[in-house]
Amino acid sequence: MEPQEDLVPTAIVEPPSALRWRTMLAVPFAAGIALTAHTFIANREPPLETHSYRLLFIEVIAVSILLALLRRFSPGLRRWMANMWPIFTAAIVSVCVWDIVTLGLRMLPLPYFPGPSAVLRSLINDRVLLLDSTWHSLVLLLSGYTLGVIGGLISGICIGWSSPIRYWGMPLLKVVGPIPATAWIPLTMVLSPSATVSSAALIALAVWFPVTMLTASGISNTRASYLDVARTLGAGRAYLIFHVAIPAAVPNIFIGLFMGLGASFLTLVVAESVGVKSGLGWYVSWAQGWAEYGKVFAALIIMAAFFSTIMTVLFKVRDRVLVWQKGVIKW
Amino acid sequence: MVAPAETEASSLVVREVRKSFPAPDNPLSRRQVLDGVSFSLGAGELISLIGPSGCGKSTLLRLVAGLDSADSGDLLIGIEPITAPNAERGLVFQDPNLFPWLTVRRNIQAGLVARGVLHEKKNEVDEFMRLVGLEIFANVYPHHLSGGMAQRAALARALINHPKILLLDEPLGALDAFTRMRMQDEVLRLWQARRTTMLLVTHDIDEAIYMSDRIMIMTPRPGRIERTIPVELARPRQRDSGDFLRLRSDILKFLHFAGKS
Repeated sequence: MEPQEDLVPTAIVEPPSALRWRTMLAVPFAAGIALTAHTFIANREPPLETHSYRLLFIEVIAVSILLALLRRFSPGLRRWMANMWPIFTAAIVSVCVWDIVTLGLRMLPLPYFPGPSAVLRSLINDRVLLLDSTWHSLVLLLSGYTLGVIGGLISGICIGWSSPIRYWGMPLLKVVGPIPATAWIPLTMVLSPSATVSSAALIALAVWFPVTMLTASGISNTRASYLDVARTLGAGRAYLIFHVAIPAAVPNIFIGLFMGLGASFLTLVVAESVGVKSGLGWYVSWAQGWAEYGKVFAALIIMAAFFSTIMTVLFKVRDRVLVWQKGVIKW
Repeated sequence: MVAPAETEASSLVVREVRKSFPAPDNPLSRRQVLDGVSFSLGAGELISLIGPSGCGKSTLLRLVAGLDSADSGDLLIGIEPITAPNAERGLVFQDPNLFPWLTVRRNIQAGLVARGVLHEKKNEVDEFMRLVGLEIFANVYPHHLSGGMAQRAALARALINHPKILLLDEPLGALDAFTRMRMQDEVLRLWQARRTTMLLVTHDIDEAIYMSDRIMIMTPRPGRIERTIPVELARPRQRDSGDFLRLRSDILKFLHFAGKS
């Protein structure tokens, strides 16, 4: 038997929650400052409706104190708080600075840079339309992205595996691929009867290129010795492609999926603001048309949450699929 | 060397095999790597192929595996010519080449999956994991294994197809001295238990003497089998017995001489 110490990775033993009071109190303290600063500013500017903004910070203070009390019952909560509290504090401080700079000191020109309380108000008042826009964006994004990924995987695997297809396909890919998908907008608007369909196609195109590129390079860079071993084990072509080349290419494929996701966000927003009559991109340009910049910022905040959630989901999927890489490379 | 008639099918015959590759510095000229290699391997034999690096040992092994084809000459299993890789000729490299995306168990059963017979032979997977002592590591990914364990998994993966011939390309070359000696016994145990014909490429003279029935010595440029030495020592062999050491110094002398000529 070999020595076994190197077998099972030693579990990382966490120190028993070194969560200091200073970290703990940072969040309610920052929220308190933000609240005070806002109250002070709002007293000088009475016409503003700031009820929801104040309520938000009161809730933040209440929840953070509650969590501080609950933390002794859950080590998971302690870890999460120790990890996230500094970030939350920084976020609250940033909002406070934003409030002071815009509403308090009026350092930025006004219709374009509303204070956080105005943005929060737009967010609450327009929540139905924002939710509806987010839903439309999600449907459009997912349909385009799925289409692009399927197409990209198929063409990438073909190009990566077969030299004749690579010979003819690669030049096409190299010439057509780098054109930003949004540059096709004038053409697709003419070709397609529906703006939604053409937008989905554009998103698919934007995703297709990086996925194809990275899949093809992953497949063609499969270690020759893996293929040799598989052949001597009696593998036919299907096994070599689906059980050797594709699994070996998966790390690369994920890079393509991430690049494609970034490209799809860009294409989605552009397509929505020029053609499609729904979605977050449309909402932003519509609100801008009415000079309602509170709504513009509200939509930007929703977009940030929306896109980063989708990104996080893809990261989780990768962690699942590439669990075998854990310990081999640093993510 | 004549193989017993009833096991004729698992004997290997290599006759006047030549192989050249484009020279790396000048693509127009070709470098002769194998120049008329002939030998035969009887069923159940364990033969070593030794020689300095670059003498064409690995090339010869790839030809026998069917991964490359010879420029001229015959390679036969029984009376069948070798044309393509086949599950009846297993190959183990110096690098275990376990698929990193599969657990140890899935690596070992890869050959069964590839041949589409996993369903009928599912019970053999456990048998082979026990054979190489890896049953408790079934669900571990390969990078958690030590070098010796990974190589044992690679051996099990090759053996699960019941190959008639197992080709070993310096399988123990990357292991430390202690692990290597233990693995030599391990391979011998597998050989004796399963009576698989084995062709072992190595550059370790001690390993060749310790393990094989015969030793073929190759010399480079052009690659030829210069001499075949039968090892008539009783098993299990003692690495420090007088006969062992005498044979060792004979081979060293010959390699030295061959290197000078």
